[in-house]
Amino acid sequence: MTTAHVDRPRKRPYRAPAPLGGRGSSGVQRTRTGSRRSRSALAFLAPALIVLAIFVVWPMVSALQMSFTDASGFGQAEWVGLDNYTRIFTDPDIRDAVVNTVVYAVLFTPTAVVVALALALLLTSDRLPLRGLFRTALFLPFIISLAVAALAWSYLIDPQVGLLHYWLRGVGIDLGNVLQDPTLAMPAVALVAVWKNFGFYMVIFMAGLQEIPGSLYEAAKMDGANAWTRFWRITLPMLSSTTAFVLIFATIAALQAFDQIYVMTGGGPYGNTQTVVMEIYESGFRKLDLGFASALSYVLLLATLVLSIVQFVFFGRREEES
Amino acid sequence: MSVATPAPVRTAVRPPAAAPRRRARVRVSTVVMTVGVAIATLVALLPLFIVLFTAFKPTAEVNAFPPTLLPDAWTTANFERIFSDLPFARLIGNSFLFAGGVTLFAVTFDALAAYALARIDFRGRKLMLVAIVATLMIPFQATLVPVYQIVSDLGWVNSFAGLIAPRAADAFGIFFLRQFFVALPRDLDNAARIDGASELRVFWQIILPNARPAILTLAIFIFVNNWNDLLWPLVFTTERDMGTITSGLTQLTGPGGIVPYGVMMAGSLVAVVPLVLAFMLVQRKFIESIATTGLK
Repeated sequence: MTTAHVDRPRKRPYRAPAPLGGRGSSGVQRTRTGSRRSRSALAFLAPALIVLAIFVVWPMVSALQMSFTDASGFGQAEWVGLDNYTRIFTDPDIRDAVVNTVVYAVLFTPTAVVVALALALLLTSDRLPLRGLFRTALFLPFIISLAVAALAWSYLIDPQVGLLHYWLRGVGIDLGNVLQDPTLAMPAVALVAVWKNFGFYMVIFMAGLQEIPGSLYEAAKMDGANAWTRFWRITLPMLSSTTAFVLIFATIAALQAFDQIYVMTGGGPYGNTQTVVMEIYESGFRKLDLGFASALSYVLLLATLVLSIVQFVFFGRREEES
Repeated sequence: MSVATPAPVRTAVRPPAAAPRRRARVRVSTVVMTVGVAIATLVALLPLFIVLFTAFKPTAEVNAFPPTLLPDAWTTANFERIFSDLPFARLIGNSFLFAGGVTLFAVTFDALAAYALARIDFRGRKLMLVAIVATLMIPFQATLVPVYQIVSDLGWVNSFAGLIAPRAADAFGIFFLRQFFVALPRDLDNAARIDGASELRVFWQIILPNARPAILTLAIFIFVNNWNDLLWPLVFTTERDMGTITSGLTQLTGPGGIVPYGVMMAGSLVAVVPLVLAFMLVQRKFIESIATTGLK
């Protein structure tokens, strides 16, 4: 607003002779300028707002309403109150899916963040040769579709013909049929997601690292702080807002895991990789239980929101302290 | 890391005295670091090499033991099969129309909205920005069912309108471009307004040309995301002819769980090549603008 106030008096004398300025010729009143601005702003916003209203906000409202019914896409939906929600909290399949999702998130999020940070640190070091090449190569997995990536990994670890499986056996590690193994299937699926996503987080960390003033490191070196101390006392605290951003993004990605599971295991073995989003997909689009799928979506949405807020507050506070 | 170099020596005659000693020490850690990064890179690229080489292997070699990285006898049979087993040309076309259409609309609508939020002072601007960014928190899956219903009520199932419309604007793009527009010098557009240019003209002739890298980055980002998307085309397209490459590839898996790896790799390669090429063309700008706008 301040810039606008400063600009306005300067604008007026110029506007009068301008050929295209039509209206403003005899000194524009402030309110009129204001409402004209609002109108043109609204015109610019309208296309995006219409799309967001129809395909994001309205579906939110109607999903909430649907979650209290037994909607199936056919015939009249009956109001069933909180039935869908009580089913979520009593259904053992859903409990398993929630546990699986949490396991997946716990495997995925810290690993992805640590790998991304470690590589970002290495790639911002000016002693590393060929930085541009490494940066591009390490970012490539991010642009490949998860469906393709999952397929390539499935082939690599296939117990009969998998090259990685063969190599690992060569050094004495026999993992067996990873994707059919109830304990190994989930870590395998989570690792593929780490491989797919770390490049994006890495780039964000690199941006954060570049904003840390070099003088801090100089001063610490003068005081005799070693690399490890510098990392813990300078890098990590200075990066806390970046870390919060990456953690929130990674957590949301973990809670929404779908593609690689759908392609690699289809939820198996014995439902061991069946996550919440897989359940939403199956109950909504296979069993056409739209009410239940909506209720489940809302529980997922609330969990995502709560987790994001908790992370934001936690890391936001740490940033203020440092 | 910092070996006990006597402090006085360093400060007094720093460049000549410290240089040789430092170089010798640096070399070891640099080598370790470089080897580490190189190994990480090879691991990261292994699946891509597998896709590339397996696509050119004859079926016997794909299922041979012991497995090899490179094909012995290169063949294009797998590529011929994807075109006979699937309406593959059609799927590629669909992918281009879907991802390209979404990109065109979303970039346009996002840029217009971002311009208003970054460059026009109007009442409720902050509130509007917060409201738009808040929609980022909503997981796509939470609205999947009602979005499908809206599309189906509009009679748009199995049509490009239905595939594209729900994605024709997105909060991420608006936010992303706004960050760029805000950073452009204010004098640029004020000067034009003083000369009597309309907002649309300021947007078109001043802001857009100056924000070309950001626009390009967002375009690639949206294109890649939609090209790769699996859930939405899978849910939305019930007719095989309306699927995309990504959703079509998953249909190649045989019902008996037998995966025709060679054929699928060939399909994957065809699906991946346009993206890698597009990315290679703009990679520097792409990574830099994610880096500079992702955070502020």
